Amino acid sequence: MILSIEIVLHMLKNRGIAFKLIILITLSSSLIFLLIFTYNYYASKRMIEKNVEENAKNLALSTVNRIEIVLRSVQGVTDNIACFLENSTSKKEELLKFLQITVENNPEIYGSTIAFEPYAFDKKLPAFAPYFYKENGKIGLKYLQDVFKYNYFVLDWYQIPKELDRPIWSEPYFDEGAGNIMMATYSVPFHKNVKGNRQFMGIVTADVSLEWLREMLLSIKILRTGYAFLISKNGTIISHYNKELIMNETIFSVAENRGDALLREIGRKMLRGESGFVPFRSIVRGRPCWMYYAPIPSSRWSIAVIFPKDELTEDIVHLSRTVIFLGITGILLLSIAVVLNTRSITKQLREMSQAAERIGTGNLDIELPPVRSGDEVGKLTAAFHYMKTSLKEYIEKLTETTAAKERIESELKIASEIQMGILPKKFPAFPDRTEFDIFATIKPAKEIGGDFYDFFFIDQNHLCFVIADVSGKGIPAAIFMAVTRTFIKAIATPGISPGELLTKVNEELCIGNDSNMFVTVFCGILDTKTGEIMYTNAGHNPPLIIQDGKQVKWLEGERNIFIGAMEQVNYKTDRIVLHTGDALFMYTDGVTEAMNEREEQFTSEQLEKDVIDLQDKPIQEIVDGIMEKIVSFAHSVSQSDDITMMVIEFKGSDK
Amino acid sequence: MYFKIRIKNKFRLRTLFLFLIIFNLIISTCRSDELNKITFIPHWVPQAQFAGYYVAYEKGIYKKYGIDLTILKGGPDSSSAEFLEKGKADFAIMWLSTAIQKRSQGLKLVNIGQIIQRSALMLVAKKTKGIHKPEDINGKKVGLWGAEFQIQPKAFFKKYNLKVKVIPQTFSVNLFLRDGVDVASAMWYNEYHTIINSGLNPDELTTIFFYDHGLNFPEDGIYTLEKNFKKTPSLSCAFVKASIEGWQYAFAHPDEALDIVLKYMTIAKIPANRMHQKWMLERTKDIISPQGNKSQIGTLHQSEFLRVAKEMRENDFIKSIPDFDSFYRNCFTYAEK
Repeated sequence: MILSIEIVLHMLKNRGIAFKLIILITLSSSLIFLLIFTYNYYASKRMIEKNVEENAKNLALSTVNRIEIVLRSVQGVTDNIACFLENSTSKKEELLKFLQITVENNPEIYGSTIAFEPYAFDKKLPAFAPYFYKENGKIGLKYLQDVFKYNYFVLDWYQIPKELDRPIWSEPYFDEGAGNIMMATYSVPFHKNVKGNRQFMGIVTADVSLEWLREMLLSIKILRTGYAFLISKNGTIISHYNKELIMNETIFSVAENRGDALLREIGRKMLRGESGFVPFRSIVRGRPCWMYYAPIPSSRWSIAVIFPKDELTEDIVHLSRTVIFLGITGILLLSIAVVLNTRSITKQLREMSQAAERIGTGNLDIELPPVRSGDEVGKLTAAFHYMKTSLKEYIEKLTETTAAKERIESELKIASEIQMGILPKKFPAFPDRTEFDIFATIKPAKEIGGDFYDFFFIDQNHLCFVIADVSGKGIPAAIFMAVTRTFIKAIATPGISPGELLTKVNEELCIGNDSNMFVTVFCGILDTKTGEIMYTNAGHNPPLIIQDGKQVKWLEGERNIFIGAMEQVNYKTDRIVLHTGDALFMYTDGVTEAMNEREEQFTSEQLEKDVIDLQDKPIQEIVDGIMEKIVSFAHSVSQSDDITMMVIEFKGSDK
Repeated sequence: MYFKIRIKNKFRLRTLFLFLIIFNLIISTCRSDELNKITFIPHWVPQAQFAGYYVAYEKGIYKKYGIDLTILKGGPDSSSAEFLEKGKADFAIMWLSTAIQKRSQGLKLVNIGQIIQRSALMLVAKKTKGIHKPEDINGKKVGLWGAEFQIQPKAFFKKYNLKVKVIPQTFSVNLFLRDGVDVASAMWYNEYHTIINSGLNPDELTTIFFYDHGLNFPEDGIYTLEKNFKKTPSLSCAFVKASIEGWQYAFAHPDEALDIVLKYMTIAKIPANRMHQKWMLERTKDIISPQGNKSQIGTLHQSEFLRVAKEMRENDFIKSIPDFDSFYRNCFTYAEK
C-alpha cells in the first residue's frame, strides 16, 4: 500500500504541472462531491423512511378501520339474534322467519344458523340447527343436524365459542358450496335462565364472505409492487397477491422455510395483537421491504402493509443518478478548464525553460517571451528579463576584468621568467675552474615565489654564493627578491666579509620597506685556493656539510636575524674550511616543509638522512636525488612554495 | 355451512364427497398382462405419512415387483377397514389397534407388514396453563379424538390416576389454540407441527408422548384379508416388499419424495405446505425406523402386539385377544420358507 502510494508519488514527481493539477483538482473535487453526495443520499433516505413509517401506519390503520366497520356490523346483527333468543320463547316458525329476514336484510351476511344444544330447542330433538343461506339470489334453508348427522357439536364454529363462553370469529375457510369463496364465521353463544341458572342453549352464527376483504387488500397498491397481506389468528395467510400462499402457508411456515427466527418473532407479535414497523423480506421474492403491521381488533387477525425498500428510494436513486451525471460532467468541465489554464501557464514556463537552457549555453542574445500578465508567471518572466540583462552586463564586465587580469598575469609571468632568467642556470658554471664545483636548482611554485640563489666571483679567488627566501609571495616578493639580489651583487666588493655585505644590504633594504618584507639569507664567500668559507646565516635554514667520505653534519654558526626587517643590525661572519672533497648543501624551507596528503612535512631529519644516503654521488645527482624524494613524498599534493637547493664542493687547489 | 367444515380441518377432514382419485398405472399401449392388478387404500388423505407408497408407485417399484397398483384416496369418509372388508381394496393401511379390534370382531384380516413402530400420538399443553408433567393434567379439559385414539390416553389417565374433563376433539387444533381445551391430542408428525406453525414455540409447550409412558402402540401397518393372503401369498409379500423399498427410497431422497407427495396432494385438492410435509416425512422416518431399532422394517413383534391388545381388553375395546400367529404373517420369514 505504502509502496504503491510511493510509486504514484514518484510517478507524479516527474510529471508536468498540468498533469499534477488535473489529478489534484479532479481527485479532490471528486472526493468532495462524493462526500456531499453520500451525505445527501443517506439523509434523504432517512427522511423518506421516517415518512414511510407514518404513511404505512396510516394506511394500515385506515384499512383496519374499513374492515372493522364490516366485521362489527356483522357482529352487531349476530349479537342481536343471540339477544333476541335469550329474551324470547318463540315458536319454530317465528324463529325461522326471524332468521330468514335477518339473512335477507343484511347483504354482508352470506348465511346464518341458530344451532341448539341437544334437546334445548325441543325436548324431543337431540339436535336442531336451521341454516339460512343465499344461493343464486334466493334464500335457501338447510337443517345442519341432517348435514352433520346430529353431531355439529364438535365443530369449531360451535365448540370453541361454547367452551370459551364468548363470541368468536372462526379461522377463514374456503366454501366450495358457495362457489369456492373465502368465508369466516362469527359465532355467539346464547343462554337462558333456567330456575335462576344461566344455562348454555346454543350458538348463533353468521357466515361472511371475505372476498370483499381480499379484493380491498389486493386493490391496495403501494408504490409499484408494494402490497398488503392479512394473516389469521393462526398466522395463516388469508390474503396475499400470490394465491398459492393463501391458506397453504402460515407466516411461521414461511419463517421455517427461510430459517428466519426474526420473522417468526414478528409473526408472534402480530398474533399477540401488537403493531409495529419492521424491516421485512418479502414472502415470495425475499426482497428487502419495510412492513407495518396492525391488528384487526374484532377478529384478531393482523394486517401488514409492505413497502419495498428499493422502490421507496427509487426517486432518490433517480435523483442521485442525475446528480452523479451532473457531478461527473462538472468535474470533466473543471478538468478541461484546468487543462486550458495550466497549458497557458506552462506554455510560458516551457518557453522560459527553453530560453534558460539556451542562456545556459551562453547565448544571451535570444528573444525571451514577452511579459503577458502581472501574475506569478508574469513576474517570473520579468525576473528572467532582468536576469538576462544583468547577466549580459555582468558578463561584459567580467570579460573586461578578465582581460585586464590576464594581461597582468601574463606580464607577471614575463617578470617571473625574467626573474628566473637572471639566476645562473648554466652548469658547470665555471668550466675553467677545477678547484670547486657548484650546482643549484630552483623549482618554482605555481604562484610567483621569492626564492633565489646566486654565485659570482668577487675577485680572482673569491666566489660569493647566496641562497635566500623572501617572505610572502607574488609580485611584491619577486620585486623584493630582485632588489635584494641587486643589492647583494652591487655591494659585494673584493675584501668584504659576508657579515659586512649583509649589514649593508640590510641597511639598504630597510630604507622605505614599509611593507615590512624580509629575506632569510645564507651568504658565503669561498676562497678557492684554501677552501676557506666565510659565511653569514641571516635567519636561514642551516646548510649541511658533507665531509668527503666521512660524515654529514649541520653547519654550526651564528644565526643572525633575517635581513630587511630591522635597521642597525650588525651581521656576524663565521668561518669554516672545506677540505678537498667536502661540500656544502644549502636549501630553502620549500624542501623541509614540503607536504604530503596527510599534511606531514618532509622535515630536516628526513633531508639529513637522504643526504647521507646520497653523499658519495656527484653534487648534481645529490640535488636531483633529493628533488625526486620530495616529489615522491608530496605525491599528488601541489607544491605550495618554491623548492631551491644549492651545493658547492671544494675539490682542492691544483697547486 | 355444509362445506366449510372440511376446509376448517384442513389436514384431515378434507372432503365429504365420495370421490376417488384413481391413479391408473397405465403404460398405455404396452401394458403387460403379467402384472397383477390390485388396489390399495391408505387410511387417510395423501400426505407424507404415506410417502413410501406414493414414491414406490411413482418410481415404478410396484411394477418391478409385478404389481399393477391403483391407490385409492383415503380420508374421513373412506374407512380403510371398511374398504378392505367390502372388498373395495385389496390392501389397506390401518392402525394396529384398529386391526386388532376388527379381528376380534370377526373380520379375518391379517397384518403383513407393521410399518410404523413407534407411536406418534401425544398430548400437548401450554405451559402457561401450569401443565409441566402428567400430574398437572388432573382436572383439566382434555381434547380427545374418537375410537382408537382414546385407548392410549385413557390408559395413561388410569396410570397416573388423573380425573380429566374429556372434550371431543375434531381434526382441528383451533380449540386448543383458542384455549377451549387445556390439553390437546396431537400426532407428532402432524398436529404438533401445525401448532408450532400457528405461532406457539416448542419451549412454550409441554409434550407428553405415550411412547415414553410405557404405552407404545405401533401405528400404521399393511393389512389384507386372510383369504386373499392365502390365495396369493407371494403377491401380498411382493406388495409389502415394494412398499418398504418405496419407504427406503423416500428416506434416501426426501426432496424427491416431497415433490411426489405434494403432487398427489395437489391432485386431491388438499392444502399443501411443503414445510409441513417435510416435517411429517422426517418424523415418519423417526417412527418407522426409530433409533436403536435393528429389526427389519415391517416386523410386528409379539410383545408389542400383546401390549396393545391387553390395554384394549382392559379398556373394553375388545373382549378377547386374537391369536398372534393368525394375525401376523411375516413376509420375510414366509418368503424364505
